[in-house]
Amino acid sequence: MKSLEELKAIREKTKAEISLRDDKHDFRIVVGMATCGIAAGARPVMHAFVEELNKRKLTNAAVTMTGCMGMCRLEPIVEVIDQEGNKVTYVKMTPEKAVKVVTDHIVNGKIVTEYTVGAVTD
Amino acid sequence: MQIYRAHVLICGGTGCTSSGSIGLMDEFEKCIKEANIENEIKIVKTGCFGLCAEGPIVVIYPEGCMYCRVTKEDIKEIVEEHLVKGRIVKRLLEGADAPEVDTSAEQTDFFKKQYRIALRNCGKINPESIEEYIAEEGYMALGKVLTEMTPEQVIQTILDSELRGRGGAGFPTGRKWEFARRSVSDQKFVCCNADEGDPGAFMDRSILEGDPHVVLEAMAIAGYAIGADKGYIYVRAEYPIAVQRLKTAIKQAKEYGLLGDNIFGTDFSFDIELVLGAGAFVCGEETALMTSIEGMRGEPRPRPPFPAVKGLWQQPTILNNVETYANIPVIINNGPEWFKQIGTEKSRGTKVFAVGGKIKNTGLVEIPMGTTLREVVYEIGGGIPGDKKFKAAQTGGPSGGCIPASLIDTPIDYDSLIKIGSMMGSGGLIVMDEDTCMVDIAKFFLEFTVEESCGKCPPCRIGTKRMYDILEKITNGNGELSDIDDLYELAEGIQSSALCGLGQTSPNPILSTLQYFKDEYIAHVVEKRCPAGVCKSLLRYRIIADKCRGCSLCARHCPTNCISGEIKKPYVIDESKCIKCGVCMEKCKFDAVVRE
Ligand SMILES: Cc1cc2nc3c(=O)[nH]c(=O)nc-3n(C[C@H](O)[C@H](O)[C@H](O)COP(=O)(O)O)c2cc1C
Ligand code: SF4
Ligand code: SF4
Repeated sequence: MKSLEELKAIREKTKAEISLRDDKHDFRIVVGMATCGIAAGARPVMHAFVEELNKRKLTNAAVTMTGCMGMCRLEPIVEVIDQEGNKVTYVKMTPEKAVKVVTDHIVNGKIVTEYTVGAVTD
Repeated sequence: MQIYRAHVLICGGTGCTSSGSIGLMDEFEKCIKEANIENEIKIVKTGCFGLCAEGPIVVIYPEGCMYCRVTKEDIKEIVEEHLVKGRIVKRLLEGADAPEVDTSAEQTDFFKKQYRIALRNCGKINPESIEEYIAEEGYMALGKVLTEMTPEQVIQTILDSELRGRGGAGFPTGRKWEFARRSVSDQKFVCCNADEGDPGAFMDRSILEGDPHVVLEAMAIAGYAIGADKGYIYVRAEYPIAVQRLKTAIKQAKEYGLLGDNIFGTDFSFDIELVLGAGAFVCGEETALMTSIEGMRGEPRPRPPFPAVKGLWQQPTILNNVETYANIPVIINNGPEWFKQIGTEKSRGTKVFAVGGKIKNTGLVEIPMGTTLREVVYEIGGGIPGDKKFKAAQTGGPSGGCIPASLIDTPIDYDSLIKIGSMMGSGGLIVMDEDTCMVDIAKFFLEFTVEESCGKCPPCRIGTKRMYDILEKITNGNGELSDIDDLYELAEGIQSSALCGLGQTSPNPILSTLQYFKDEYIAHVVEKRCPAGVCKSLLRYRIIADKCRGCSLCARHCPTNCISGEIKKPYVIDESKCIKCGVCMEKCKFDAVVRE
């Protein structure tokens, strides 16, 4: 890194990439992969998303990972973020639930309310 | 990212579009502008909500209320009533009482009272991507510091922010840096304490796993400020994911030239190395930590000399906690005045707590200093499961103390906690309900310190064991009143003569439970009774003859066959053989078995 300008250029470029408005992806699927998430089974959930997207040849969603949001008891947690930046937080995810989220939410744009943070308690 | 107070979601699905939702959007925009709240409200066109028969549909968050068959004429009312005054327009609500569901985490009570500074990127960016960190202003603070500020200005900024250490003692971070800057030497070091030994605390782990670059950036800033070119992160080996993410982060930072030689084309160079700790609690103490980095057995040494004068390899060294570092880049970017607005007069900013124990929403929360314990327990934490009563909360782990229910409105900040006999500590917060025995809790923490005492100095090595033995005696029902006096005496002796913080603070859990729950100690000692029904030796199981129907269910389940009787006549328990497992009480269908 030679200058602040160089850093700013990277910032702008990545901002555009992860900004929710990029043209390639309608959705970002973000899987919590901290110790709590992994211990609760986040890896198979992440794999299930990737597999299901591949199986259906969907290219409008990107799967990525992140750290702990603090709600460890509800892990594995997955956030689906649309182009407007609206977040849907799915909790206590399983590979089976992941498949349904892909078919309902990613394909048909319908939130799977029963898996969301407000619907799942304890 | 701009934060909106409310989101208006207008269905743009085929069904609703055909019933006229497009015109609604323009009308909403117009009315919101008229009401002068266009910066607070976001209007979003969404996919189908699946209730096309009721369309056009408009949903407003955070309330999550769904308005049905909305016409252009309704919109002015929705804006003025709902968005301006906060009154839901009941007549437009969905006919059947649709369950109100928060579909996004940010809408839940758990998040509403939080303020995320140290955790700002956790759960948001990909921790294995330096680009994503950079996109969130990452390394901008380092760039600013190296190209626009002198080391003195950096230290002044941190001093002005009044940031205090998040690792336990709450020492002003700027002052620490200033001492180290003034120490004259060719070689200085910057260390990061990622040992996190407090049982139940895991905020440092979460930061390292969710946002590892923030620690690297802050350490480089510290290096520039004090004149060091080398940093060490002491992280416990039990955190393999954190270790791996740190390794990845360091590698990426080197590739990008954000660590290494001549950063940002200046003559400042800085490198960071990881040192894995074996997980001894005492190695979190600053002098023991440095001794351990030097490759020796991690034992504390007397201070002074303080590390800022003679630390690692006898050179001036600063040591800060992970969470402390996580605050540094934002302070540089946003300025000390911004930081000082958050929190209280003597405790600026926020603190992360790992909330656990008898509480519904266990997890990691970051709150502005000065938030009350009540808000944490009941609003963020969702209250106590099973409608049990809140009894106390323990902060500061084995060095801290308990906060009883009567002080639940205490603001959480460094000085208020000290005043009531607890301390901030590194951020463990354990909630206890009415079923918790406070003597047992004190014993739990003492057991921990006895285990973790390094044994170097007798007051701690022998004293903590003596205190533990007394607690054991009391919980076994063999206590005498003089034992309580002995506890006070031992506590005072250990506090004043132990070498390091581990020993000095080890009596705190006993002293604070004695301060607020002395009656429970007395009940154990005098009445040989455990009011919470926890201490097994003091429990008795008894069958109430009047209630017993003589069904023999308990006798058939008792593992030691100590219940006897005749069918249809009251059964009795032979106390000498009873192991107090509680099975009989659980099995009895007539509530005839009681624990007392
Ligand atoms: C027994 C003992 C254990 C400690 N464990 C930790 C720890 O795990 N993490 C930590 O940051 N500080 C711990 N500390 C506090 C450190 O000695 C030191 O004060 C702190 O790391 C300084 O950083 P700060 O000023 O940023 O808080 C411990 C202290 C004692 C006495
Ligand atoms: S107080 Fe305890 S932990 Fe600290 S040096 Fe003495 S024996 Fe070791
Ligand atoms: S508590 Fe257990 S051991 Fe004692 S009487 Fe009941 S079942 Fe038997």
